[in-house]
Amino acid sequence: MGNVIGIGAAPKRKEDQRFLTGRGNYVSDIKRPGMTAGVFVRSPHGHAILRGIDKAAALASPGVIAVLTGDDVKADGLGSLPCGWGISDAKGVPMKEPPFPMLAQGKVRFVGDMVAFVVAETPEQANAGAELLNIDYEVLPSVIGVLEAVRPNAPQLFDDVPDNICCDWELGDKAAVESAFRRAAHVARLSLVNNRLIGNPMEPRAAIAEYEPGTDRFTLWTTSQFPHVVRFLMGALVLNIPQHKLRVVAPDVGGGFGVKQFHYGEEAVITWAAKRVKRPVKWVASRSEGYVSDRHGRDHVTEAELALDENGRFLAFRVNTLANMGGYLSTFGPNIPTNLYGPLLGGVYTTPAIYCNVKVVFTNTVPVDAYRGAGRPEATFVLERIVDVAAAEMGIDRVEIRRRNMIPKEAYPYQTPVLVQYDSGDPMGCLDGALEAADVKGFGVRKAASAGKGKFRGLGYSTYVEACGLAPSRFAGRLGARGGLYESATVRVHPTGQVTVMIGTHNHGQGHETTFAQIVSDKLGVAFENVDIVFGDTDRVQFGMGTYGSRSLVVGGAALSKATDKVIAKGKKIASHLLEAAEADIQFESGKFSVAGTDRMKTFEEIAGAAYVPHDYPLEVLEPGLEEQAYYDPVNFTYPGGCHIAEVEVDPETGTVTLVNYTAVDDVGTVINPMIVEGQLHGGIVQGVGQALFENAVYDEGSGQLLSGSLMDYCVPRADHMPMMKVATHATLCTHTPMGVKGCGEVGTIGSPAAVINAVVDALSHLGVTHVDMPATPNRIWRLLQNASLPVAAE
Amino acid sequence: MKPCAYHQPVQIPDAAKLLTSIEDSKLLAGGMTLIPTLKQRLANPPALVDLSRLGSLKGISGDGATITIGAMTPHAVVAASKLVQAKIPGLAALASMIGDPAVRSRGTIGGSVANNDPAADYPAGVLGLGATIITSMREIAADEFFLGLFETALEAGEIITAIRFPVPLRAGYAKFKAPASRYALVGVFVAKFADGVRVAVTGAGPGVFRVPPMEAALSLNFDPSAIAAIKIDTDGLTSDIHAEADYRAHLVTVMAKRAGDAALV
Ligand SMILES: Cc1cc2nc3c(=O)[nH]c(=O)nc-3n(C[C@H](O)[C@H](O)[C@H](O)COP(=O)(O)OP(=O)(O)OC[C@H]3O[C@@H](n4cnc5c(N)ncnc54)[C@H](O)[C@@H]3O)c2cc1C
Repeated sequence: MGNVIGIGAAPKRKEDQRFLTGRGNYVSDIKRPGMTAGVFVRSPHGHAILRGIDKAAALASPGVIAVLTGDDVKADGLGSLPCGWGISDAKGVPMKEPPFPMLAQGKVRFVGDMVAFVVAETPEQANAGAELLNIDYEVLPSVIGVLEAVRPNAPQLFDDVPDNICCDWELGDKAAVESAFRRAAHVARLSLVNNRLIGNPMEPRAAIAEYEPGTDRFTLWTTSQFPHVVRFLMGALVLNIPQHKLRVVAPDVGGGFGVKQFHYGEEAVITWAAKRVKRPVKWVASRSEGYVSDRHGRDHVTEAELALDENGRFLAFRVNTLANMGGYLSTFGPNIPTNLYGPLLGGVYTTPAIYCNVKVVFTNTVPVDAYRGAGRPEATFVLERIVDVAAAEMGIDRVEIRRRNMIPKEAYPYQTPVLVQYDSGDPMGCLDGALEAADVKGFGVRKAASAGKGKFRGLGYSTYVEACGLAPSRFAGRLGARGGLYESATVRVHPTGQVTVMIGTHNHGQGHETTFAQIVSDKLGVAFENVDIVFGDTDRVQFGMGTYGSRSLVVGGAALSKATDKVIAKGKKIASHLLEAAEADIQFESGKFSVAGTDRMKTFEEIAGAAYVPHDYPLEVLEPGLEEQAYYDPVNFTYPGGCHIAEVEVDPETGTVTLVNYTAVDDVGTVINPMIVEGQLHGGIVQGVGQALFENAVYDEGSGQLLSGSLMDYCVPRADHMPMMKVATHATLCTHTPMGVKGCGEVGTIGSPAAVINAVVDALSHLGVTHVDMPATPNRIWRLLQNASLPVAAE
Repeated sequence: MKPCAYHQPVQIPDAAKLLTSIEDSKLLAGGMTLIPTLKQRLANPPALVDLSRLGSLKGISGDGATITIGAMTPHAVVAASKLVQAKIPGLAALASMIGDPAVRSRGTIGGSVANNDPAADYPAGVLGLGATIITSMREIAADEFFLGLFETALEAGEIITAIRFPVPLRAGYAKFKAPASRYALVGVFVAKFADGVRVAVTGAGPGVFRVPPMEAALSLNFDPSAIAAIKIDTDGLTSDIHAEADYRAHLVTVMAKRAGDAALV
């Protein structure tokens, strides 16, 4: 028998056995009998009227089985891709929600917009057929940037969306903020851009659909982070397939970062096509195809103002943002730059008044939606940057100004002026820990050493908090969520005492199979190896909202914990009968049910056996079997946070920024598996560093072409960009989640961009540089140095 | 990729014959550039003529005054060659900076030079050292070989068999890697010979080019700091999402100085 491996231990990951030995089962590994190949034909134009499509040559091409277009979608009466959030403006007017057809109808609105689907015997034949499709476009000017899109006379994407504004959203007490600004001793101002990002999961998106006429059932295998949500959105709202006739499977998925947490048109088209061609259809995106169709992230232009009193205390914070939505509303699109942004603008500070206006804008770009951190990195970046700007302008040390404004540990629970109430936290403790770990005291010596080599060294801080564990349904519903955000888990105890868990979250790299097994092993006292986690199949798992927003452990783990408690409760009932003791006297500990104060006991295995072999069993009061299910809807968000400190070196000759040290002390609540948490922090930090220094999705204004259309032009961070990171946790326990957990999936991406850019600005501050936009590329830094007040040689 | 015929000749004349007799056929060397092009359906040759069985195209030899590298020699072999490291360490260093380990063990010097990518490294070494490109038909001086964006003096059916490098007194290469692709955003090769210095730049413009003012300054006195003041005209330099022309021009000066420093080590 194996060992119990419980909460706080760091076993190697269960799932790595199959991943590291090449035995994963990804969508593109799956082959179905009689399978055909599908290829999407995508718009090469950013904006154009679709005059007509001549299918004849494509249909005549060898091996081509079908060519489907927007007209076929219309003829079959199919729905448009739904948006899961409906936000409203200050007057309560709902956002503009133009239809998002799964294949373009009448117009194309971004390079990559889907125009047709070609099904053939082989991928080569489908590609050859696709090249023969004759599409008549009347090209229109594209509009890419948000500033350009809201100008008068800008190209307009939708006839009924004037100025391309989807929603003019606001949050906070505008009048209180204005009055605080009038009283302010100092006002810091900052204009910034939050750069557009492409998610780049290692596995590109893919899907296979199959229709079984004998049962009238569809199966869709898809690279999804939330198969049940795809089943609901696609079945109920797009294709009109009853839920019991649709199975959605998301098998092993090679990373998501949010890119795979939306219902994509490709899924609907393939499922629809499978029935039309009466054979399974498979599509696997290329990396380049992903670049023009995977939802992008971020893309804000922001003006921020911070009002302070003469002692550097924050009086009020005002933020005006233009957020790019791309060509259509994606599943969570309008929620990201509003509900996941505005409420985070309080940060870890006691700022009493905050006002935020966000104009959500359509442009001729790939739809923008959640990408790791989603809204919260943007909020953190604005706030942590302007705090540094204010400190510099008022001549206050950057750490000191943070301390002066920080919420003290004793003040939790803390109600912010922007909806959210933090349940717990200790930002000062994280800051102190990070200052120590980063050897901030020794920075002066290191800076001098860099100067000796002709390099500028800088240090940057980010003390941040985020809101995750998405989400309390009641709260989300008020903000415009059109669905619930709970999670479910079933704990099935087999007659021999082993356990299978069915859970609605989806593991695509996060190590759930290990973390969740540890929870069960810990609570039930069964061996770690005797617990398997099942996810990603609507036929096997009862229900689930999937994995995103650092919710899997916080919400899914809570459901699992509850279900496990129910198993224990039922086990106690069985034990009470078998041990002939009152139920209240039965204790459960370390896998044993015992009668308090006696040595009479039954093992967990014995109870499981009795549940399934009910010869001597209380049938009159209990059903046989040992399987319990729980749904958990959180009462609040969780609020992980911490302090990140970045140290950079700038080569003034070339403008190159090198990250030389990185320290993070994060409060993620209870840590189940420290190795997995560390991995999540590492990965998140690297992605945040990627945003700060390297990544940028660039479009050509006018033509709408994506100029950073491949890994040759879009720079993802690599191992050699990173120093060894120092990460540690400083936990305060969440007061409302069952295990005190807070979530750790996104903290790295949220805390790090500001820390890195603050370090770059610090390195260049002696030259009069006060802000650097992301990514801080060599060219951009060189340009700043060219324009800087001092000659470089003066250093 | 679209289907095509595949030939694996073992003699250079057979390869040349296949190449001329099948219209639009393509030579396949390491495939690091060609295969992605085919996979993206950007090229559609009816046949590939694989050079990998032509043993005479592989290997490195030297005669004291020159080093000759067979066209099918992978970058990793050049980087690790004791002979190249001893005689032209700057060239070994250049080869070690190309791509990643996988690319270096497949990609070849012949393929790189024939392809003449404006951001490739070898063209800077070949032009900077004043090498000679040996083909199935003739010998071509580097100064006559590179004709601009992906263009060379190679004629239809002509196969590069080797490159002959004169051994310089000293030489160095400095590369500023493009952040995403890690090709040369700007790469400069500096080589000092008894009769003068050659400076060749890749990455900055549509094709590799020499910088006569730097060559003159260094020929007079091989002191890299002397070129710090020599500015490059931005006319004709590339501007793209990674670097504007004036930044590239600036980098040429910085990298030339660093290449000179590398040559002195
Ligand atoms: C990820 C990646 C990163 C890279 N990074 C760099 C880099 O940093 N620096 C750099 O310089 N390069 C880089 N490259 C390119 C690499 O060096 C290639 O190997 C090189 O450009 C082509 O060499 P090959 O042997 O692969 O040629 P192939 O791809 O096989 O052929 C290229 C072209 O040359 C022709 N050809 C090949 N051999 C001959 C010959 N003997 N005679 C005539 N014509 C011939 C072919 O017909 C074809 O048109 C990179 C490539 C990749 C995929």
